[in-house]
Amino acid sequence: MDKDVLEVFVLSLPSKLGHEKVAMSTAASVAKLMGFSEDRIEDLKTAVAEACINSIEHGNRMDESLKVGIILSMTATSLEIRVCDQGSGLGAKTSSPDIDSKMGGEENPRGMGKFLIQALMDEVEWINSQPTGSCARLVIHLKKPEGE
Amino acid sequence: MQNRTTSVRVSETAGPSGKPITVLRFSGDITSTSKETVLGTYQGLPPEVKRILLDLSKVEYINSSGIALIIQVLMQARNTGRSVQTFGLSDHFTKVFTMVGMTKYTDLHADEQSACAAFTE
Repeated sequence: MDKDVLEVFVLSLPSKLGHEKVAMSTAASVAKLMGFSEDRIEDLKTAVAEACINSIEHGNRMDESLKVGIILSMTATSLEIRVCDQGSGLGAKTSSPDIDSKMGGEENPRGMGKFLIQALMDEVEWINSQPTGSCARLVIHLKKPEGE
Repeated sequence: MQNRTTSVRVSETAGPSGKPITVLRFSGDITSTSKETVLGTYQGLPPEVKRILLDLSKVEYINSSGIALIIQVLMQARNTGRSVQTFGLSDHFTKVFTMVGMTKYTDLHADEQSACAAFTE
């Protein structure tokens, strides 16, 4: 474990839509304890919810017997959230939604989760650790990195 | 655990020009389980409806699947020549809707009055 990590919180959720709200609430509580602003906490809630939904729907394919693991690691300046499932991952590519294509019916209206995670978090990594599964690693910093 | 059920109340109000505006007042969560409530309600509107106001002020949680349902409403409205205005989103969801480009197809207003005033026809 990283020596800078002060506290770790671990959750294990059944792969059932709606349960992402447990992860959302937990992440929000931890972020509040750390002193994140309300708007950053809202960013975090959306990103964590979308990562969990991806794990439930795509990673674990809605199999309620499979768990989504959420590990929240606090340091003095950042919060890292790993959302892990037993799937093969969604790949590293994240593209911006094309609203015109969605409106034109050429693109699925869904499929915005990865984009939102990427847009709302300070760092995002998609980790494929087959055969055990895959994780989304989300990091939010108390102070934005220099230059942003 | 279930998502909070989506509810919708349909009412009518008059715009600045006196023309009718159909208001869809949503509450609860808008997620993948809201399809029947969101699209079913929209598709049940009479064909003469031309101006639609989406009130999202009582919505507590919207995820990307819920946003996709709103996109489908906007898409169907556009295809039938209906105009849609939206109000009541939190600052966070105003940012999210803007990020995904929704503002190309519906204006996001802070309150009902300004949303009604935006119907020009």
